[in-house]
Amino acid sequence: MPKIIKIRKGLNIPIIGDAEKILVRPKPSASYAVKPIDFWGITPRLCVEPGDTVKAGSPLFADKQRPQIVFTSPVSGTVADVVRGERRAIQEVVVTPDAEQIHEQFGIDEPAKLSREQVVDKMLRSGLWPHLTQRPFGVVADPEVQPRDIYISCFDTAPLAVDMDFALQGDGKSFQVGIEALRKLTTGEVHLGICADYPETRLLSGIKNVQKHYFSGPHPAGNVGVQIAQISPINKGEVVWTMRPQSVIMLGRLFLTGIYDASMVVATAGSGVSKPRYFQTTQGARLDGLLEGATTNADRPMRIISGNVLTGRKCEATGHLGFADNLISVIPEGKYHEFFGWLTPGFGKYSASRNFLSSLRIGKRYDLDTNYHGEERAYVVTGQYEKVMPFDIYPVYLIKAIMAGDIERMEQLGIYEVIEEDMALCEYVCTSKIEVQEVLRRGINTMMTELA
Amino acid sequence: MRALRNFIDKVKPNFAPDAKFGAFHSTFEAFESMFFVPDKVTSKGCHIRDSIDLKRTMFTMIVALTPAMLFGIWNVGYQHSLAVGETWSLMQAFGFGLLKVLPIIVVSYAVGLSIEFAFAQKRKHQVNEGFLVSGLIIPLLMPVNIPLWMVALATAFAVLIGKEAFGGTGMNIFNPALLARAFLFFAYPSHMSGEAAWVVPAGEGQTMADAFTGATPLAHAAAGAMDKVASAYDMFMGYVPGSIGETSTLAILIGAVLLIATGVASWKIMLSTVVGGLAAGYLFNLTATNAYMAIPAWHHLLMGGFAFGAVFMATDPVTSAQTECGKWIYGFLVGFMALLIRVLNPAYPEGMMLSILLMNAFAPLIDHIVVGASIRRRAKRQTAVAPKN
Repeated sequence: MPKIIKIRKGLNIPIIGDAEKILVRPKPSASYAVKPIDFWGITPRLCVEPGDTVKAGSPLFADKQRPQIVFTSPVSGTVADVVRGERRAIQEVVVTPDAEQIHEQFGIDEPAKLSREQVVDKMLRSGLWPHLTQRPFGVVADPEVQPRDIYISCFDTAPLAVDMDFALQGDGKSFQVGIEALRKLTTGEVHLGICADYPETRLLSGIKNVQKHYFSGPHPAGNVGVQIAQISPINKGEVVWTMRPQSVIMLGRLFLTGIYDASMVVATAGSGVSKPRYFQTTQGARLDGLLEGATTNADRPMRIISGNVLTGRKCEATGHLGFADNLISVIPEGKYHEFFGWLTPGFGKYSASRNFLSSLRIGKRYDLDTNYHGEERAYVVTGQYEKVMPFDIYPVYLIKAIMAGDIERMEQLGIYEVIEEDMALCEYVCTSKIEVQEVLRRGINTMMTELA
Repeated sequence: MRALRNFIDKVKPNFAPDAKFGAFHSTFEAFESMFFVPDKVTSKGCHIRDSIDLKRTMFTMIVALTPAMLFGIWNVGYQHSLAVGETWSLMQAFGFGLLKVLPIIVVSYAVGLSIEFAFAQKRKHQVNEGFLVSGLIIPLLMPVNIPLWMVALATAFAVLIGKEAFGGTGMNIFNPALLARAFLFFAYPSHMSGEAAWVVPAGEGQTMADAFTGATPLAHAAAGAMDKVASAYDMFMGYVPGSIGETSTLAILIGAVLLIATGVASWKIMLSTVVGGLAAGYLFNLTATNAYMAIPAWHHLLMGGFAFGAVFMATDPVTSAQTECGKWIYGFLVGFMALLIRVLNPAYPEGMMLSILLMNAFAPLIDHIVVGASIRRRAKRQTAVAPKN
């Protein structure tokens, strides 16, 4: 039996609405989009205009500073719209798909026979490069840099997260080829984080040429940041890369078939979806195509989230899946006044603290909504963040260092080791309702400017 | 409830910062959010938030303080009945105590909350809930015969100098309730110690019972009169004179169980405080040169404000150590120092108050050392990989 790394700190939030393991093949979505706002450290420059026709794998926009990094269309069709937000910042580049899909050809190759430069070049041209995320900071990887290692977490422990084993099944060959390609990018190791709570799937047990690590425990055990911290924490000056497993499969397909095939399995979940299921669709798909039968109505407004309820982005039904997201969560909005809410016994109010009688109902799951359940306050309660933060980091001290803008102390307290998702649970449990993720991103941005 | 909501929504515009009653914006908001949890929804970061908030946390604290408060009220009446040599019923004693204690509680809340509201308004902040607990702890730390103006003065001192001067709830270094007591202890010592402070004296037409002294067990012990110290049972149950809320170890333990069960106060601090106290107590036993040093170590846990301090004040999250490892160290030192001060310095019979205030001052240092260890671990890891780069 391999060694199991037990994560003891964390929290599985008991929210209802898990997706049923039924794979639906819906009609193609009305549109697909790539959103520059899904990437940190990128200034987009458009490569297309509305009305242009693109193939799957044609560039839609590129990074201004590093123009070799292009973001390509997941489908072939016509550029329908460039949605801009405040100060004309590009929010979305929307493509209406053709009935017949045509792909850009990048050539079939065996990664083992290519040089590192050839692999990098192929990934850059095809638009697979932005699937590589750099730690520290959670930004798009820099092609000029050799990472120490590459990490892939093969399971997701976030609330209502997709069952990765179910979503990845059948794509073992692409996964292995993807791994071979990644091995070209680093002189270090490619590490796989595997869930130890369930038997290893055939797909994962067949994967070779990687270091496998087995994890057990509550969320955030499935976060790649937690796994890196357990395997080999990031030191100042070090760079590692991470990739999501569905992206590894896309990378494998690029080498096996020569095209940018961004099809993937996405789940809908949450109490706002009448039949939460898995869908075979494509990256960036429009949400309403996947949400038919959702219970959104005027009596009970729902919030649609691309991603999970801790880190996802709020979207309209006509919005599109985020680049990295394989989950659509729909939960009730909590815009209501609660009469003496803080005084009620709280049988039906879930809390990670044990301040409500609901803590006597072990195993009960709740229909959680978006209400704040309070107001922002100064830090009073201590020891709360530590219970959900499996890092050798003092989270409140780190957050306070960021608030104070003390760069040296941020560095000393471990800001290189975390990104928002790793501290999202701190924000969830916070009695004082501090916006932990926003503060952390501010700190990370400060560090990036400082180091640039 | 619907009517109240409608009323609030109707008058709300008048309390907008630049409207007619803008000067009461914070006050209005505080009351509104007391009646109704705001309808604010998440807009960034996590889309769901835990049901816990500061109001609930503070409310749990108040529930935990209730047994000690109720017992204290009864005990005021009971001690008085002993003083005048009469036998009173439960309700009689409780009623008498209520008349004495309620004004102190009212004054403490009125003064403290007024200052809090005023400062919140001035700073354009929301009113923090912290004083809801301090406002109840202050009366429980007072001797029953304290003049009300002193309660007002001490509360004002605690809130102004102890809290607002540092930036309000969450920023203070010293426990405000203890500061109130320490203020009176040093400013008006005659009202805070001696035999007359603790028991309501006989009124007109009544006579004091002959054997009754009104001194606390700590005072007897400090005077070396070990034979007069109450039995461990009486001290555990709380049938002794003392500050209003501190006498009954049993009532405090009920509160402690609630605080630990809900996780509102740190069991680590409570436990390590007790361990620290016992450690000092046994050390005294081994090296005893006088009768006070020789009393069983565990008796100290029942005497004076030890239990009250360990459960309700050493655990104040703002002023105690904030790191989990630091909490063990902090608690141990609180308990240890309390006994050192109590036993070795006869001028200050109540060592717990001074010990906690002292350790409040040292808590940031303890945390600094604990966090420093983490920083050093990281730095060491860094140098271990540095040669490779």
